[in-house]
Amino acid sequence: MVEFTLWDILRNLLLAARWTVALSLIAFVAGGALGLLLVLARTLPAGAVGRWAGRCVALHVEVFQGTPLLMQLFLAYFGLALLGLEVSAWLAAALALTLHASAFLAEIWRGCIEAVPRGQWDAAASLALTRSEQLRRVIAPQALRIAIAPTVGFLVQVIKGTALASVIGFIELAKAGTMITNATFRPFAVYACVAAIYFAMCYPVSAFSRRLERRLNGAR
Amino acid sequence: MVPAEPIVDIRGLRKRFGSNEVLRGIDLAVAPGEVVAIIGRSGSGKSTLLRCINGLESPDAGTLAIEGRPMRLDDPRAMRDLRQRVGMIFQSFNLFPHLDVGHNIMLAPGLVKGRRGAQGEARARQLLARVGLDDKFEAMPAQLSGGQQQRVAIARALAMEPQVLLCDEITSALDPELVAEVLAVVEMLASEGMTLLMVTHEMRFARKVADRVVFMHEGAIHETGPASELFTRPQTTELRQFLAALD
Ligand SMILES: Nc1ncnc2c1ncn2[C@@H]1O[C@H](COP(=O)(O)OP(=O)(O)OP(=O)(O)O)[C@@H](O)[C@H]1O
Ligand SMILES: [Mg+2]
Repeated sequence: MVEFTLWDILRNLLLAARWTVALSLIAFVAGGALGLLLVLARTLPAGAVGRWAGRCVALHVEVFQGTPLLMQLFLAYFGLALLGLEVSAWLAAALALTLHASAFLAEIWRGCIEAVPRGQWDAAASLALTRSEQLRRVIAPQALRIAIAPTVGFLVQVIKGTALASVIGFIELAKAGTMITNATFRPFAVYACVAAIYFAMCYPVSAFSRRLERRLNGAR
Repeated sequence: MVPAEPIVDIRGLRKRFGSNEVLRGIDLAVAPGEVVAIIGRSGSGKSTLLRCINGLESPDAGTLAIEGRPMRLDDPRAMRDLRQRVGMIFQSFNLFPHLDVGHNIMLAPGLVKGRRGAQGEARARQLLARVGLDDKFEAMPAQLSGGQQQRVAIARALAMEPQVLLCDEITSALDPELVAEVLAVVEMLASEGMTLLMVTHEMRFARKVADRVVFMHEGAIHETGPASELFTRPQTTELRQFLAALD
């Protein structure tokens, strides 16, 4: 039997961690872009279109917040197969996590926009700014400041949430940990490494957010 | 006063929020340069009336014209035009907290009138000087007192060169010692011929500055007349009660 050194374990885990990073990035960038569209649809002025858009977004959010990510992954993988679409575990995981992130981010950002006092809209409108100018120049900069902490908090959740993609056979960090354990019979060493790698990915993200928040608040 | 061509012309204005009828048919014509003080109990519809005049609320019935041009709420270009002619100042100042004083004032003229750069800045500094805050161009709103914030808000509204200013209890959120500095600016504007519609609880100020006082009661104009008459010889019991409750 081959002897695995700690370095072998770590190296293989790091190779798999690339997929965790890739999946997190896709979920966050694509989910963020979709979430932004959703939140914009929800801030449309209350007309017939605005009401319908609002309802659709609310439903999307309810569905993805109200079901476990695990089920969303299963449904993306097996559901699309049922529809005759042969998707890889990679594509299914990316799709499920993107939709998942879009719903949560849309809801987080909507809360941030609503946290900006009503009077800011009134003042901007009474200065003859258009709806989109009000949003871009007055509301968004204030909402952005409020949004940093919860957004980054969710990003950390997404990074950790990618571990669930292992259930549909996608080989990322957590799955690689299990496979290497089965080959080495050194679960403690392997999972300690896995945890350390997750930490090494998440910690800089939160540290960065704290710095950013301090800087923005300092600039008041 | 014989209003030539009214600058603000409101006829049969009605507004309801759900089942709550807040304005029940308001008729009000304001002449250019006139200063109208609007008084009345809390909930009588004073703020809603002002907010209808610049389209922050949409009336359910009636007509509203500024300088003879009917308000078109569904036409963004017409509204952009109207809101340049009708400015508003709020009880809670509503300065933009993420922008310094200068940029609070320059934002709207830059976007709406294309007045940017040195020209925009010179104008902003000039307006700040008018409200007595020449040295606050770079200050952030949070660093200012309430009275200073409200004066910046006035300068910001003036930067759009409005013909009409709507003031909704603009001193109500201020500590008593800061009220005078804001009222002094309003009085200066009135003396320069600005058309003012101001909701106020400052009866002494209304008496001094207003050409006409409008007493609102339950969504209607209950009594109106020159300040001197209205305060000394109120005709209705409601106004008498309102005035008695003040002191
Ligand atoms: N956006 C709104 N939605 C629902 N009801 C509203 C809204 N704005 C005002 N109202 C109601 O309309 C009525 C009149 O309100 P308004 O603010 O015009 O009164 P006001 O005379 O300005 O009172 P105050 O002196 O307290 O400012 C109140 O009963 C208020 O609750
Ligand atoms: Mg009010």
